[in-house]
Amino acid sequence: MINIQSLTFEYANHLPLFQNFNWTVSRGETWSILGPSGCGKTTLLYLLAGLKFPTVGEVSINGEQITRPRPRTGLILQDYGLLPWATVRENIALGIKVRMFYGADGKHTPDNFIPSDSAERWMQRLGLSEAADQFPGQLSGGQRQRAAIARTLALEPDLLLMDEPFSSLDAITRKDLQNLTLLLCAEHNITLVIVTHSLEEAAVLGKKILLLAPAPNSTARIFNNPNAAQSGFRNAPEFHEMCECLWAEMQKEASVPA
Amino acid sequence: MKQRDVFLAVLTIFGAWQAAAMIVNMPILPTPLTVVAVFLKEMQKGLLTHFAFSLWRVTAGMLLSVLVAAPAGLAIGASKRLSRLFSPVIYLLYPIPKVVFVPVIILFLGIGDTSKIIIMFLILFFQIIVLVRDQASGISPQLIQSLQSLGAGRRALFRFVYLPASLPAVLTALRQSIGTAVAVLYITELSATKYGLGYYIYYKGSTLFDYPSMYAGVIAMSLLGLGMYFSVDWLERKWCRWKFVN
Repeated sequence: MINIQSLTFEYANHLPLFQNFNWTVSRGETWSILGPSGCGKTTLLYLLAGLKFPTVGEVSINGEQITRPRPRTGLILQDYGLLPWATVRENIALGIKVRMFYGADGKHTPDNFIPSDSAERWMQRLGLSEAADQFPGQLSGGQRQRAAIARTLALEPDLLLMDEPFSSLDAITRKDLQNLTLLLCAEHNITLVIVTHSLEEAAVLGKKILLLAPAPNSTARIFNNPNAAQSGFRNAPEFHEMCECLWAEMQKEASVPA
Repeated sequence: MKQRDVFLAVLTIFGAWQAAAMIVNMPILPTPLTVVAVFLKEMQKGLLTHFAFSLWRVTAGMLLSVLVAAPAGLAIGASKRLSRLFSPVIYLLYPIPKVVFVPVIILFLGIGDTSKIIIMFLILFFQIIVLVRDQASGISPQLIQSLQSLGAGRRALFRFVYLPASLPAVLTALRQSIGTAVAVLYITELSATKYGLGYYIYYKGSTLFDYPSMYAGVIAMSLLGLGMYFSVDWLERKWCRWKFVN
């Protein structure tokens, strides 16, 4: 589904974050991207979202080169990205409103777009009906992130990109939303790519884990974690082994002189 | 602002005024009770017409400023290129006291309402454009990116982000500008008109030496400002509900 070929990306006056980097993701997979601060995790997500573009190389999704945000890619950020002046209901319906604003132009909105009540359905599904008329400032962090998830899923994405979405939540809410994300992705066959700085979260969510090194990244170091998303995995020895393995790898990189 | 607080403020001001009038004990400072009685009488005799003229001019000046300055501030705040181009111009022109242009504007636009409205527009325009520009440029990049990921291009960003985000700034700018607008209104109505509270106050005080009527005009002018403050507050509560929830 995702195909990154010979990617080089650098910010002006900085060393490249990626240099001749290749990476592929298949449909329906769940990926965690892990790595030290400044290694390019979020940049990679923004490249996939069509919000940044390669200096050299190509990022394509479903065979199409990404030159702008793709209608069927959903992006969820750490700070939720909810409009503070809009109610929960309005926020969840925002993506639909944007599509109706442009009409089915094939550029901002898919050609076959038909307005639906999906926003209302997702609001109910994520347990936000009672908070429908409240503003984001009145919600807990967990509710805000649920609203952000509902808003994204209302657009029926086939690829969900998440940038440290649960890092500011308490442990119970985080676990609850991690499970919910996995469940929804499995239910709707959504490909998930989540950026995190938490080893545990990477191990819980990603059946495959991409470990980025300090820049520049030239090779995709991939760890298979097939038992992720299974019930009870958090207490299984495989989970702890994966965390230890990732920890050891990150320690090794940290000790390598730049 | 609560009604009770306004009532207490009015009582305090009237109390201080009454005390000052008793101490001074001269025709130039009548007591508030005298002035209120004259105010009620004058409202039936023509003060209301002066009030209506002033209200029209100040409202037109403010509306024109919002209609021009808010979109301009939005455009400059949303575009780094436009900001680089226009911000220095704004900074150069902003500190110039626009009142000095009154004679020039009257010369160009004549003695009618247009020149008075344009002078108010010139003053309010800069206050609004600066606040709206700052608001628009301060919108979190994550919020913009979030909307872009939902398919929003430039037009949708203006409609769904920049426009609603700048609304509180427009109202704040208006609130801050009311005092200035009313002061400028007084200056513009001093000449080349026979209607408006500025004319009324000047005529009653400086030509007829009818001080109770002059103060009645001052009360009308402060009621004009107060009414505008309340209107902006009301609009803010109606349009920016999210600011008033916990």
